[in-house]
Parts: sequence; structure tokens; C-alpha cells
Amino acid sequence: MSDSAPAPAAPSAPAPTAADEHGRPPFGRAILDAVLEGNSVVVTILAIVTAIVLGGLLIAFTNSTVLHAWGNLFSSPGNAIAQAWDAASGAYVAIFEGAIFNPHTVAALFQQKSMSVALHDGTVSAVFNPLSETAVNATPLILAGLSVAVAFRAGLFNIGGQSQFIGGAMVATWLGFGVSLPPVIHVIVCVLGGFAGGAAMGMLVGLLKARTGAHEVIVTIMANYVMAYLLSYLLSKPSLLEKPGANGNLISPNIASDAHLPLLAGTHLRINAGFLLALACAAGVWWLMSRSTLGFEFRTVGANPNAARSAGMSVPRTWILVMLIAGGLAGLAASTVIQGTDFSLNFQSYGTYGIDAITVALLGRARPGGVVLAALLYGALHAGAPLMQASTQTPVDIVQVIQALIVMFVAAPPLIRALYRLRAARAGGTGQVLSKGWNA
Amino acid sequence: MNLELQGITKRFGSLVANDHIDLSVTPGTIHALLGENGAGKTTLMNILYGLTQPDEGTILADGKPLTIHSPKDAIAAGIGMVHQHFMLVPVFTVAENVTLGDEETRALGLLDRRRMRRKVRELSERYGLRVDPDALTGDLPVGVQQRVEILKALVRDAQVLILDEPTAVLTPGETEDLFRIMRELRASGRAIVFISHKLKEVQAIADTITILRRGRVVGERPRHTSEDELAALMVGRSVQLRVAKTAAKPGRVMLDVRDLVVPGGHEGLPGAEHTAAVNGLSFRVRAGEILGVAGVQGNGQTELCEALMGLLPVTSGSVHLNDHDITNAAPAMRLRSGIGYIPEDRQQDGLVGSFPVSENLILDTYNRPPFASGPALNLGEIRATAERRVKEFDIRTQSISAPVETLSGGNQQKVILAREVGREVRLLLASQPTRGLDVGSIEFVHRRIIEERDKGVAVVLVSSELDEIYALSDRIAVMYEGRFTGFRPPDVPVEELGLLMAGIGGIGTPGDGAADSSERTPPGDSANAGPGSLEQPDSPERTSPGAVQPDGPGPPEQAPPGATGPPEPAEPAGSTERAGSTGAAGSDGDDPTVTVGKPT
Amino acid sequence: MTTLAATGRIPLSVSRRFLAPATLLVLGLVDILVFGKYAHHGDATFAFSQPFAKVTVPNLKVPAAETAYALGAATIVLAALRVMDLGKVVRRLSIGLALAFFVIALLCWAYGGSVNSFNVINQFQGTLADSIPLILGALAGCLCERSGVINIAIEGQLLIGAFAGAIFASAFGVLWLGLIAGSLAGGLIGLLLGVFAITYLVDQIILGVVLNVFVSGLTGYLYDKVLIPYSNTLNSPSTYLPIKIPLLGDIPIIGPVFFDSTLFLYITYVLIVAVQVGLFSTRWGLRVRAVGEHPAAADTVGISVKLTRYRNVILAGLVAGIGGAFLTIGSVGSFGKDMSSGKGYIALAAMIFGRWTPLGGVGAALLFGFTFELQSILSTVNVPVPSDFLLMVPYVATIIAVAGLVGQVRAPAADGQPYITS
Repeated sequence: MSDSAPAPAAPSAPAPTAADEHGRPPFGRAILDAVLEGNSVVVTILAIVTAIVLGGLLIAFTNSTVLHAWGNLFSSPGNAIAQAWDAASGAYVAIFEGAIFNPHTVAALFQQKSMSVALHDGTVSAVFNPLSETAVNATPLILAGLSVAVAFRAGLFNIGGQSQFIGGAMVATWLGFGVSLPPVIHVIVCVLGGFAGGAAMGMLVGLLKARTGAHEVIVTIMANYVMAYLLSYLLSKPSLLEKPGANGNLISPNIASDAHLPLLAGTHLRINAGFLLALACAAGVWWLMSRSTLGFEFRTVGANPNAARSAGMSVPRTWILVMLIAGGLAGLAASTVIQGTDFSLNFQSYGTYGIDAITVALLGRARPGGVVLAALLYGALHAGAPLMQASTQTPVDIVQVIQALIVMFVAAPPLIRALYRLRAARAGGTGQVLSKGWNA
Repeated sequence: MNLELQGITKRFGSLVANDHIDLSVTPGTIHALLGENGAGKTTLMNILYGLTQPDEGTILADGKPLTIHSPKDAIAAGIGMVHQHFMLVPVFTVAENVTLGDEETRALGLLDRRRMRRKVRELSERYGLRVDPDALTGDLPVGVQQRVEILKALVRDAQVLILDEPTAVLTPGETEDLFRIMRELRASGRAIVFISHKLKEVQAIADTITILRRGRVVGERPRHTSEDELAALMVGRSVQLRVAKTAAKPGRVMLDVRDLVVPGGHEGLPGAEHTAAVNGLSFRVRAGEILGVAGVQGNGQTELCEALMGLLPVTSGSVHLNDHDITNAAPAMRLRSGIGYIPEDRQQDGLVGSFPVSENLILDTYNRPPFASGPALNLGEIRATAERRVKEFDIRTQSISAPVETLSGGNQQKVILAREVGREVRLLLASQPTRGLDVGSIEFVHRRIIEERDKGVAVVLVSSELDEIYALSDRIAVMYEGRFTGFRPPDVPVEELGLLMAGIGGIGTPGDGAADSSERTPPGDSANAGPGSLEQPDSPERTSPGAVQPDGPGPPEQAPPGATGPPEPAEPAGSTERAGSTGAAGSDGDDPTVTVGKPT
Repeated sequence: MTTLAATGRIPLSVSRRFLAPATLLVLGLVDILVFGKYAHHGDATFAFSQPFAKVTVPNLKVPAAETAYALGAATIVLAALRVMDLGKVVRRLSIGLALAFFVIALLCWAYGGSVNSFNVINQFQGTLADSIPLILGALAGCLCERSGVINIAIEGQLLIGAFAGAIFASAFGVLWLGLIAGSLAGGLIGLLLGVFAITYLVDQIILGVVLNVFVSGLTGYLYDKVLIPYSNTLNSPSTYLPIKIPLLGDIPIIGPVFFDSTLFLYITYVLIVAVQVGLFSTRWGLRVRAVGEHPAAADTVGISVKLTRYRNVILAGLVAGIGGAFLTIGSVGSFGKDMSSGKGYIALAAMIFGRWTPLGGVGAALLFGFTFELQSILSTVNVPVPSDFLLMVPYVATIIAVAGLVGQVRAPAADGQPYITS
């Protein structure tokens, strides 16, 4: 298109609206606009609601009782709907009880003779166990989510969380059982080792992109598999990471108890210092991205690499640095898993953190605060899922479905707005990411 | 086909791009649409071609209403369009590009390449549009690519052909060739809509001229309308684009470039890497003077600027800034040592659209005091500076935290200008600094550039707009195929510049003003020096500013390739068409600063 | 600049010129210093017929160590030739030969002095079978990306194709219904990709990854909830049996490898030809490529960009779905959780390795299939080849490819960019 066509985005004279002299509309109007226009918070909430409803439908209509009831829809429609509601809500209630608060634990508390007994035998802890589990599940998600978010802000798409996680896990584990150090030092050294292991993997990706232009998405996808196979190789060699006498079980020795991250709330709850580490990292990333010159560089390169170049920034250097930090954060996620909960490394320790991290970062809109909230949400889903499966026979995979649906809807605000008949935002500022493609 | 547009209206948000436009196009005529950037010419034609839907208005073909929802409808109605940015697939052959959408096939949809080729060949012979059907389109020069675009319209038997700013990328010679083709098409009974903002071209070729301003038709005139009248209609007031400026007071040599070679291959196409984009340039710019680099787009100007900024690697040669060798310095280093850079494509290279105005104002100073303290940004200072600059440069924005992409083009350019001259600058590289701006912003930018010169900044101004070159330059260098074909004083006749831009002619053209020429040319420089033979800049002069001649610094002058050839143009192009050619290059003998012309 | 200006690329370093020769040299040295030196004394046997074949070809016995040495030497000669830079054909050939030599030397080392023989026919048969989902996935990738939509969802399309194929074939007891259902299920994911990428302009890389998560979660959920309890009715399909093509199937070596297989292989043959010819020799293909390279150019000559993209994205899904159905009803029968196990990503890698061309993708898929088959055969004869490293080969190869070490890899110009009209 020619430049002589006025760009749609070009504003004319500021329209005389209800704006005050600072260009801010009154507060009440702002809220109303936000809801009606579907700004990012509203869209996000609606996306979550939509995904949960769809997940509920899936739960309901794969339940044989429900299907049977719907078979008799015309004879008793009320029953059909009630059955569907029961199935879906039952599963979600179970998740809630597993992740936030379970009334039965309080009931158990009152059956104890005294508070001191309750404190002692863990009934008090049981009340807080769901929250602890949510935090424990959220910890690596926060860190890995930050990893994706940092890269995202710099215009890089880090699908390599898995490879960086593995890199970090290998180093942290080896330092955990292979060396002996004084208690506190050992924890710190292992955490730093985790960071370094992940950072090395991340930096490799950055270097390849900077030196050869290899697209980071392709490289990171491939690196995930390479690292997974490398891990299983290392775990099969007793001289490397294999536990003595593991007999091909592909598991490492346990790390020394000196290297465990300290527990925060007694021995009955798994919540540990890793959670604090994750929150601290979120704060650090916030400062880095919005208050530091380096972050300014990252953001500029992410938003417009050409302008960054013209402004004297070194784009390749930024890529390398960003991937180093991103990889390091993913490596820290591994540290919190190995040193906080698992205490040993097996060939599947990396789980689905790499992919989950992407969904966390997208739901959190690549902002540190958003990442923490998103990770807590997904952490809660993960924490509640086992109870849901145990009490309602709903497979835990439903969590993955909901997770994917949320992100799909979050990424498509126009769809959500169309679904809920919201107006389009005036300036289009819904934080939607447009694709750049392989050649960008 | 008689095409009529009635009451066409198109709004983009609160902006009215087309406001009840009426236009009537008659077969066998060339109808010019004249207007400034942003006047709504292209929007109107996009509506006619089905790329944009109008909010109001009707289109009539021979009196019958025509609905055009997509280019498909437009093509079916016999409308063809040559876009300003070519719509060609670089990796396709010419035949594939021309016949795309109208392919010749055999059974099962298999392409019949032989017939496609033949079709292109026949058509190109009929209209004298010579082009090889099997050539890879991306390898062709822009002039030839334009022919491919025209063929694309002709192969669909377009009766109305829209040409959107077709001369912007052409040399005067190529422009002349295009005009010949346009006349031929007119003779065959087709209607041609010629979009331009260049008065001379419009006068040279159009039968009827419709002038657009701010989305409205402000007049329709026959071809023999005076330039002044057209300019006044176009801009809405009488135009004086002459910038008040005093004679330059050149100081010491600030920029010294010797034998600079910059590799091409910028386009990423096969074969492109073998030709150097900048091929052995040597020149010097002194403090307090403006060197205007004229030339048709794509002759290495972009690469020259990027190489001077350190954005492209240099194959050989050297660049000194203020006596320091910066040939291989990183861009950041160059910025620190005092280069200000106004890139050619401000949205691509100069701004981060999603960032607020305040952050764009510190884009290249973010890491030094006062904007940074240690590793942290100094937000207070950034805001304060932004408020100051916005006032000082009259940047129209809702606030300093508004994303810069919400600003108009002129205000965006002011942001860049404010940033680049807001710090200590020794050399200002301004590449197409007013491209796409309205007249008011152009005046502002020009005034600021002159101000910088008067403060003692050396300025390199690259522009494909000759009016701008004339208005600002203290010396003019003409660039052609990676070389300077000559240096000229600012009062050089436009015909001469036109020839230099086409790579024809050279030093010592009669009528150049021998006295002036000898004054500029240091003794010992032969007018017939071969290519590459170049006066060696004398180093004592560089190192001692006191030795500078007061009124005429000695720029090294490079003879063009073929300088030994005849001084007169070798092309017997026919005197009737000379007007078109030279008109394209600027004014012929009148006050050159009168015309209003901006590249789009 | 003109519309033809591409984004600036980082200039290639000169040292890259010596990378290929250096790689060849390393391969040659490994041939000699590892495979030759550590080979057991004795012969390595290569078998060229299957048991009970009508026409048999005699086994080939070669002295293991000596052969490895010879191959290593030959590879080093190739490295020397490569330094001289003798044109494209020699360049390609040298890499291919060096890899072949490397594999043979490896086998000499593994089978030297062993009573077992390495069955070449089995190896190639297995390669083709392993490659079918990869080839179909790569073709799907080409179809999609040539029109300008990045397809990372191949993995999900394979998985859902496998799932639907198993259920429908099992529930109705009709195999071809499974085949069609698998293909349609893949197409459905393609449609989802299209809706979100083309209509709602969602980042296509994100979308692909998320769709894979979605399919993995959905099939995993349904597997636990439905397929396990009703496994007898819903997850016990029969499988396609090999069909031997008359005459062609009896040709020694070639026959059993290429013409004695299931319907899937023959479908794959047809699709390879169809996609290659379709994309490069038909009107449809020309338009698709125009849309992928320069959508505005296509739009201005009346080609609907969105329609073209939708059509191709769905077509790609249908093709990948067939590949998915192969995983169940073409080979093992019943569906298992996440049974595509990254094959979609390997198919993506194959497509990229093959430079976004169907034939290139097929070649890469075959290469990757070959390494898998080699790995699985070697792991049964208990030779000390770390199978993990063989499994890494496709991924490492792809990283090397995109890093430009085997020449520039270029995606269609508009790949991944949504087309927005005002």
C-alpha cells in the first residue's frame, strides 16, 4: 500500500471526548470501557471462563451417567442437565479442594483433642497442604514462564524450556550428589549450577541465532529432543549420572540433604524456599525489563530490531544475553524441582515444563506479575488434578486441555470479543501478538 | 470505457481520506491525479481497484453502476493497476508473474509454460515493453520490473490503467521511456490514471489534471496550467519552499571518506552479492556545510548511509570522523562520537512504534547519563527531557507516553529529529528526511537542518527529491550505480544533474560555470580523469583546520565512468520528450525552489 | 526500497566454507580411528534377501576393519575434493557418499566377527515404514507453509489421526473408515489452525505449539476416560496387511522394499507425486506459492489469499491425518497415549531440512527414518552403539541445516505472516 493513503492508526486531532487534560478518561468510564471493549484483563478472564466451561462440557459428556441421563433427555430433561452439572462441578470442586482448601481437613482438625496435638501430627498442616501444593507446583512454572516471557519481550520465542531445564537439572543434580560442600553453600552452589546449566543451553541457541541466523524456534525444538536423549544416555552410564545399582532404570543418585532447598512450613508441607526464589526472580525480571538499560535494550530489540540497530544496540549480543538469561531461568526451574521436591533426576524429570511455560508466559502476557498469577493458576490446576482423578475418576489430562484452551482464547481476543459481543478496543491495544514468521 | 466515480468517501477512524470525490476518466486520455502525500490519491485508486471499500459513493462504468468488492471485480471490469510498491513475486519468472491469476493451463490444471511465455513475448513486442519472460523477476532492475507490472495489467486487457507514483523509482531516462509507453497505450484507446505529486511530470504527460487536497477534489485543470497555480491548488496556499539560508561557512573537515566499497546483496537475492552497492566513493564534508547526495533511488545511497552508520560492513576504504578512524567502529561508537542519523525509513529503522514518545526520544542515548545511572534507567530525567523536547520541537502528541505509532508522519519525523540533534552532534546523516511528509513538516525539518549546519554541524543529505537537494545543499554530489558521477555547486542546471543521475555526462559540461568549477576543483585535478583516479585529500589540510580555504573547501572530485565520452547527452531522445525527462528531474531553468515535490 | 527488499541477513562468515570439508574429515577419521581400529577381527556379513524369498541374492562378506579403513580413506579424499569446490553436484554427492560410507563403516564395526548378519532388506523396509508418518507430515508442512502458514501442529495432527483411526476402525470394524476418520481428524485440526491463524491472526508458532498441547491433552483424557474402559470395542482395530504388487514385488531387493507393503506406502507414493507436481507444475501450485511468497501480489490479481490459505491448511491436515492413522491401523493397531512421540516435530524438521520442498522433505524423512531403523536393529544385536546418539541424529542434523552449515535454508517469504486487508 502506498504511504499516501493515510494509515488507519494515524490519529487526527484528538477527539473531544470525556478525557481530562492529561488524556485520561474518568475512572468509572475507564472501567466501563474496559469491560465493554474487552481490554486485556477482561479478555483474559473471559478466556479462562470459556476454557473452564468447555472443559466442563468435556467432563460432563464423557461421563457414562451423564450420557445415560441425556439418552433420556425427553423423559427427564432436568435430570440430564443436573447430571451434567454434577459431573463437571464435581471435578472442579475436587480440583479446588486439592489446590486451595479442603473442608474435610478442617473437620479433622476439630476432631483432635488439642491444638498442640493437631500441630504435631500434621492435621494443621493438612489444612494448608493444598495451598502448599499449589505453590510447589507453581514454583517451576513461574521460573520457566519467566524464561519464556523474557525471551518473548526481546522478540525471541523460547520453546526450548525443556532443553534448558534438562541442562540445569543435570548440573544441579551432579553438584548435588557429586560434590560435598557445607550445608548452606551446597544449596547455593547447586542453584547457581542449575542456572548455569540452563544458561549454557540458552546461550547456545542465542549464539547460533546471532552467528548464523538459525531460527530459535527450530533450534529450540530440536534441542529439546537432543537434550532428552543426552539425559537418558547420561542416566544410563554409572560413571556419569546413573544411580549405582539402578539397573537401567535411568535414575540418578539422590542429592545430598545439604543441597535440599529449606522447607518453609515444617516437615509436613512441601513448600520450600524455591517458591521464594521464584518470586524473587519475578521481581528481578520486572526490574530488569522495565527499569534497567539492559531491559530497555531487550525490549527495543524485541519491538523493532532494525531501529535497535540504528540506535547503536547490538542485536546479536542482545539475542545471546537474552537467551542466556532465559535459559538460566529455566535452569533455575530445574533446580527448584531437583532440590525442592524430587531430590533426584530421572529420564522424565523435565515433564512438560517447557510447554507449560509457554502457556504460562502467554497467559501472563509476558509480564512478570502476569506470569506469577498464571503460574499460580496452572499450579493450582496441577495440584488439584490428582485429587480430581482419585475422587471423580476424571483423568488429569483435562488440565492440559483447559490449559491449551485458555491460551488459544487469550491469543485471539477478537474471538472472545465476538463470543461475548464486546466492542472492539478503540486503539487496538489488546496486546495481541502478530506473527513474524521464519524469516523475521 | 468511460469510468466515473461519484461522491466517493472513505474514512479511517476520524480521518476522512476521501471526501465525496467525483472523478471522470475518459478513454484515450491520460488523467493525472495530483496531490500531496496523504491527499488521498492512493486511497481513491485502491477503492477503484477493490483493495479498499468506500464508505459512500458509486462507481459507474459507461453510465452503469459497478460494484467492486475485490481486485477480481476490478480486473473483470477492465481496470488494471500498477502499484507503487510492485506486486511481483521475486522468486517467480516474468512469465509466471505476468500470467499469475490468468494462467495458461493444460489438462488437470498443469501449467502450459510455453504458452505463458509466448503470451508475454507477444504482448511485450506489441507495446515495446522488452523483457525476457524467463528471467527471475527479483533479479531485474526496477525499471524492468515496472514493465512487468504494466504487462500484468495488459495481459488482462485492462482498459483503464492506474499508475501509482510510477516515476518515483525511475531515472529520468526510464521515466521518458515510461511516458512513451503511456502515450502508446493512450493511442490504443485506453484510459490512464497517473498518480503523482510531481508538477513537471504531470504537466508533461497528462491531458487532464485533477488536484486533490486533504481528501477533496480542489480543482480540475487542463495540462497547460501554470505550475504556480497547480502548486497553490495542491498545497492550499502559495508556496515558498525556499528555506532562508545564508552562505555556508565551512570549517574543518568533519567526515572524510576514501575509496569506500560496500558490498551489495542487500536484497538477499542470488547474484546480488557480486556487485558492490557503493563502489569506491571518496568525499569530504566540512563542518557547517551540507553535502546533498542526489540520485535516483537504489543507486547505493541507502547502503552509503548504512555503511557510514556502521550498519553495513565495509569491504574496503576508510571513513574518518573528525580525524578519528571509524571505518570499522560499531554503530554505538559512532553515535557516541557524534553522528546523528535520520534513517530513510523512519518506521522501520528510526522508531519503535509501540514505545511511547518519551522512550523513542532516548532510543540511542538510553545508556548514558543523564538517562541512565549505572544499570538503571533514570525515569524522571527521561520524562523531563521528553516534555522539553516535545515543546521545543512542537511534537503534536496526546502525551509523552502515547505510543509513537499513533503520531502523524511529520510528528514522528520530529521525534527522530529531536532525538538526533538533541545531543552533541558533529555529523548529521539525513536520508530522505522529508519523505512522505506534508508541506508544513517539510518546512520544519528543512529549517532545523539548516540550523544545525549553522551551528557547525557537517550534514550529509541524501534525497531522491531534487527540490530538496537544491533547497538545502551547499554542494551537490550525484550518485549513480554506487559512484559519484560528479560534484556540482547548488546552482547547477537541473538538466545537468538529470544527466549525471542517469550516469551520462561528467565533469566540465559547458555552461557549468567554469569559474565556479575551477574554484571547487583543486589544482591538478584533471577533468578527464578516469574512474577511480581521485585526488588524494591532502592530509595537512585535514589535520590543521587553520589551513582551510575560507570560501571553497576542496572536495575531492571523482570522474564518472565514461567521463571521456561526449559531454552532451549521447541519447538522441527527441526534443519533444525532453520536457518530460528533465521535468521529472526538477525545474528547467526557473527558480528551482518553487516546485513542491516530495517523494512518497 | 522496492517490495523486493528482504530483511537484512547476517552475512555468512568465510570460515563456513571450510566447515563442510572439516566435517567430512572428521567423519573419515572416525571411520578409521574408531570403527576400523576397534572392529573385531573377522568379516561383517550383509544379507540382501529375506528368508523364504523366491529369488535370493547371495550374502556379502567383507573384512570389517579393512573395509572401515578403506571407507575412511575414501572419505578423507572426498574432504580434499570438497576443499577445491567443484560445483553443486560434487558438493551434494560428497556429503551423501561420506554419510553412506560412515554408516557402512559403523556396520562393519558392529557386525565384524559376528555370527549375525546385517539384513539390508529389513533395514530398508523398516526405513520406509518408519518414514511414512514423517513423509506425510513433511508433505503436510510443505502444503501449509508454501501458502504462508507455519505448521507446527503436525504433531497434533498425527496424534489425532492415530486416535481417530483406531477408534473408527475398531468401532465399525472397517479399516478404511479408520483411514478416512484419521485423515478428517487431522483436517479438523488444520481447520482450527486456519481459523485461529488466518481469521484471528494468532501467532502461528504459538498456535501450533498450543494445538499440540490441546490434542495431547484431549486424546490423553479420552484415552483414560473412554478407550481404557471400552478397549475391546473402541481400541482394538485390525491393521492393514501388506499387499504385494504383482511382478514388481518379485524383483530382488527392490521388490520387497518398495512393492510389498501396506496401502499406506502406496498412498504415500501417490501423495508425494501429487504434492510435488501440484505445487510446482500446476496453476493451483503457482497460486499457492504466490500467496506464500507475496500475498499482496496474489490478492491484486484476484487470488483470494485467505481462501487459498484455508484450503491448504486443511489439505495439510488431511495429509498429516493419514500419516497419523498409519501409526495405529497401519502398524501397531491400538492407540496409546502420546504415541506420535515427537514424530510431528521430526516431520517439521524434515520439511525444513528439505528446504520447504516436497522432494527435499521426503529425502530428509527417509534419512531420519533410516537412522531410527538402524538404531532399532542395532539395539537388538547388542552392539555397543549408544542408541541415544542415533536417535539424536535427525534433530542435530536439522540444527546444522538451519544454522546454514549445509547451505542457506530459506522459508517462503510470507511464511507465518498473516495477511491483513483494510
